[in-house]
Amino acid sequence: MKYAFTIFAVLTAVLLSYGLYQALVVAPTEQTMGDVQRIFYYHVPSAWAAFCLFFVNLAASIWYMVRRSPKADALALASAEVGVVFCTIVLVTGPIWARPVWGIWWTWDLRLTLTLVLWLIYVAYLILRKFSTSGQTPVMAAVLAIFGALDVPLVYFSIWFFRTQHPQPVMGGGGSIDPRMLHAFFINLIAFSCFGALVCWSRYRFEIARREVEERQALQGMMESGASR
Amino acid sequence: MSYLFAAYAATWIIHIAYLGWLARRYARLRQEIEELKKK
Repeated sequence: MKYAFTIFAVLTAVLLSYGLYQALVVAPTEQTMGDVQRIFYYHVPSAWAAFCLFFVNLAASIWYMVRRSPKADALALASAEVGVVFCTIVLVTGPIWARPVWGIWWTWDLRLTLTLVLWLIYVAYLILRKFSTSGQTPVMAAVLAIFGALDVPLVYFSIWFFRTQHPQPVMGGGGSIDPRMLHAFFINLIAFSCFGALVCWSRYRFEIARREVEERQALQGMMESGASR
Repeated sequence: MSYLFAAYAATWIIHIAYLGWLARRYARLRQEIEELKKK
């Protein structure tokens, strides 16, 4: 398992480096936006990784509600936390792209607002996990996650069904794209997906280890208090 | 070009900050495991 993690980490690092090279060197400069368009090679894959992680969070939350599995709960927490990191990147890189292209950092456009709401839902989820001392916290978090995940398709399809300022999707949006741009985009999409999975895996392992330590500490505390009596 | 640099730098700063925070928590956990083993 340790070797699998190392091999996956090396593969991800290679993919990310190759993706960076493709995005900055190989992909041609877009005619209207110029170099700023290259932000797209990080912005969209980050959004994709966040959506995938929130989907894992939904699946793990449902699994927890059905089976009450502590592993499912740990996976739900890990995927939500890493998903928030990727979603933060989306919310940071988006305005950096918007400033030179739209002339403004932010607008209360449907997709942008829904993405911000999505981020706030999962931040609320993490705050609940961090500060609630109730024994029902995993159940409450799972319910919040299941309802929160409803925002993901709303974010994704908002540009299909509503008139928004946000650019249309690359595929199925009606426009054409240079094959080198498409190649750079797909390499980064795969690289960021692998990176998201790797960090989530690492966070999941940490969560499992942390819970084991907590259990042992509680057990040791009980044994010590029993011995002192 | 500065916007492009800012976006790419922000992406990696956020990732590195998160991974650093995770690594610190891992180190603290390892310390707790060592203390448990000593007991």
